[in-house]
Amino acid sequence: MTDTTTSGPMLSADGVPLKKSLARALRRQKLRALILIAPLLAFVVLTFVVPIGSMLFRSVENQIVSGTLPKTIEALETWEGEDGTLPDQEVFQALFFDMFRAAEAKEHTKLGSRLNYERTGFSSVFRTTGRSLDDIGEPFQDWLEDADPAFADGLTWYEMLSGTGGEDLIEDRRAIWANMVGEGFAGDIGFTLSGEMAELLPQTAAAYSDWAIYTAIVDGDVVAEEDPWETVYAALALDFARDGAVSALVAYSGAGAAPIANALAALPSLPEIDFRAAFVAENEGWGDTGNWQTLKIYSPDYTTGYFLNAIDMKKGLDGAMARPENQQIYVKLFIRTMIMSLIITGSCILLGYPVAWLLANLPVRSANVLMILVLLPFWTSLLVRTSAWKVLLQQQGVINNILVWLGFVDDTNRLILMNNSTGTIIAMTHILLPFMILPLYSVMKTIPPSYLRAAKSLGATNWTAFWRVYFPQSIPGIGAGSILVFILAIGYYITPEIVGGTDGVFISNRIAHHISSSLNWGLAAALGSILLVLVLALYWLYDRIVGIDNVKLGG
Amino acid sequence: MKLSKTLLATSAIGVAAAGLAYAGGHMASGTFTFVSWGGAYQASQANAYTTPYTANNPDVQVVWDESSNEAVAKLRAMNEAGNLTWDLVDVVAADALRLCDEGLAMEIDPDEILAPAPDGTPASEDFGDLLVGDCFIPQIVYSTTFGYRTDMVPAGVEPPNDICDVFDLETYPGMRSLESRPINNMEWALMCDGVAKEDIYDVLATEAGQEQALAKLDTIRDSVIWWNAGADTPQLLADGEVFIGSTYNGRLFSAIVEQNQPIGMMWDAQVFDLDGWIIPTGLPEDRLARVLDFVYFATDTQRLADQAAYISYGPARVSSAPLVGTHADLGIEMAPHMPTDPNNATNSILYNFEFWADYRDDIDAKFQAWLAQ
Repeated sequence: MTDTTTSGPMLSADGVPLKKSLARALRRQKLRALILIAPLLAFVVLTFVVPIGSMLFRSVENQIVSGTLPKTIEALETWEGEDGTLPDQEVFQALFFDMFRAAEAKEHTKLGSRLNYERTGFSSVFRTTGRSLDDIGEPFQDWLEDADPAFADGLTWYEMLSGTGGEDLIEDRRAIWANMVGEGFAGDIGFTLSGEMAELLPQTAAAYSDWAIYTAIVDGDVVAEEDPWETVYAALALDFARDGAVSALVAYSGAGAAPIANALAALPSLPEIDFRAAFVAENEGWGDTGNWQTLKIYSPDYTTGYFLNAIDMKKGLDGAMARPENQQIYVKLFIRTMIMSLIITGSCILLGYPVAWLLANLPVRSANVLMILVLLPFWTSLLVRTSAWKVLLQQQGVINNILVWLGFVDDTNRLILMNNSTGTIIAMTHILLPFMILPLYSVMKTIPPSYLRAAKSLGATNWTAFWRVYFPQSIPGIGAGSILVFILAIGYYITPEIVGGTDGVFISNRIAHHISSSLNWGLAAALGSILLVLVLALYWLYDRIVGIDNVKLGG
Repeated sequence: MKLSKTLLATSAIGVAAAGLAYAGGHMASGTFTFVSWGGAYQASQANAYTTPYTANNPDVQVVWDESSNEAVAKLRAMNEAGNLTWDLVDVVAADALRLCDEGLAMEIDPDEILAPAPDGTPASEDFGDLLVGDCFIPQIVYSTTFGYRTDMVPAGVEPPNDICDVFDLETYPGMRSLESRPINNMEWALMCDGVAKEDIYDVLATEAGQEQALAKLDTIRDSVIWWNAGADTPQLLADGEVFIGSTYNGRLFSAIVEQNQPIGMMWDAQVFDLDGWIIPTGLPEDRLARVLDFVYFATDTQRLADQAAYISYGPARVSSAPLVGTHADLGIEMAPHMPTDPNNATNSILYNFEFWADYRDDIDAKFQAWLAQ
């Protein structure tokens, strides 16, 4: 030993330090192991981590609002909204351009559906406004075309605004489009913006760029040959109305100077610019401060709104508040899901324990027959088993018929065994029973019968021998079975849906409703996330109280 | 060694063959995926539309996907995944409106893609008001109405013929079955609580009106089984579980006429609704061309009338009504079983699409909270 310490690091046969060579060999081994588990790893990541991650993300994601109405949201920042006044004209102007853009890309109704989850009526506000935006811009178009017919020709606009130096603005507008539609708006648009114009007529330059990008990339048309949207006309009117704009424009002598001069001359007949009145006239919803408050509350890219909804609260201007009592449902459902799952787990233990004991202690031949009886329902389709329970449990069903025939129950007073929580508990206990019996059986199989005999030979009664000797050894099986049954029960969907009626349904039925029917996927994701956290918390609690080491599936 | 080689070789051939078959099935230009409701309704569409169409176009293979119930959610998921496998989707009008709002259904110009009536009336006039939204291609008018057990009507009492009989537990004791959603139930409740038919939606738009409707439903709540699937009520009626229940009129027709159950129809205050096609957005050119060709064929006057020979739903075209004939198997006249027949439609409500598009989320939340109480 002393030799090696004095003569430097220990070398392997090929002269490489042993430590290095060992590390290399280990690394190779680890890599090989990794390759072996790679399919499983990829599978787990793809089918488990990614969906759960995207679900968690969806429960807070809210980019649709600022993506669809970016400038409106910006302008809305200064609006307090508490004193019942409507937002400024500026907000409505931004709304006009944002909405127009969104309506062209058919994104506005998506936002309407999204906001309708938070406040009734948004859906139709967006749908109807989207149809009539042209009307709001038309007076300005008429005015400009009256002032100089050249404005009716797309080429006038193209020449007036073409140039160099406005690239930044074009890029900004591309980003706005890409944010809203969710795909790239890169590529040549056959138009470059004049920097001078971007400064002189900022609104017009922005509106024209919006149109040019959409026309070239989405419609695939040539910008110079097309006539711009009404927004461009309205933007020019707004630019004219800006303080100091007129004096700067008088000095302008570039392309399109003549029509601009004509328009300036016609300024006295410029229609009144009142986007607020125009929007309220198109749809009263825009005159409702409540709607604007909702828009403001839900303007951030990430929101706690879905989670608050999922615990019967709602987001207000100054924080969270409870929902009115006639809309509270989720907390109740969570509690019900927990309690009923516990009851189901309990009844599975009560029913499964003796069966598992029989299985473990009968001679092999009869135990096998019994095992098949346990497994047979396990192999039958879930839907078939649940429907069979329907036939058994309904008021004119088999069980009630037998009870009436035996005289236990009056014919006019048949038992209500389904379409309530009783039905859910009965059917689910039956369906989940094998998950209790199998772990119990495999644990009981390992308890030597000699222990019981020893206890009895030492003077214990049957009960003492069972309770003090046998039962403690079977607890790991109960633990494993309970965890399985409880966690399966908490997320159950089909059985409560079919036999649960109204007071026997679980939170998962509401989640399914929001996924497939109301399409409020954000709320469904929030409910699902809460359910996941609840399960993890209960697992942790279980570990603290019982100890997860005490769970055995066998051996 | 030899055996394992043979096994390997055969399985390789098997895999290759399966792969080819798969590619063949998907590359064949004629595979056409329809989404519908399954059951008798889908069968009626197959008989009236796709069978004659494939007879004319032998290279087209029809695949049915029974997903109409979750069509909106599935289309949205397909859209997000960027993999559209459906060609034509059958949905109710309310879902078509939502799909249109979400940009998942293609906007259509009825006069351009649909055949005119035989007398030359353009499609937009022939379908008229039934063209709800910008994407919907109507096929049929159906109604949600009531069926009752004829043998459970108390002695000496007229069979129920008024919507308010549903709320009258004294005269007509027994269980009821209603759909577990606010739509239709709220309207019926208000109608039987003294609100005039034309005021229903004005009242229902208010908080007080919603409470009034729920309070009325409260009076029969303990006697109601809430259903989720259209097949529930016919089953509950057939088993004698309920005395009276709401469902789609076609379901009741087949229970009464085809299965001879002791069930009677109560048409009062039936709620008309529409079902039809939407074309999903984002179909490639060649598939879209084929879909349009099929839609032109399948929505013409004769085809819509043909469907009525298999199921008791009214054709959506005005010009189809006179062509409705007899049931294909039973030979009975179909007209008297149509929800749109003048004798049946004396008192009816038309599903208010605009209203429910706005109020669905809000009223549904209140309704479900009420149910859970």
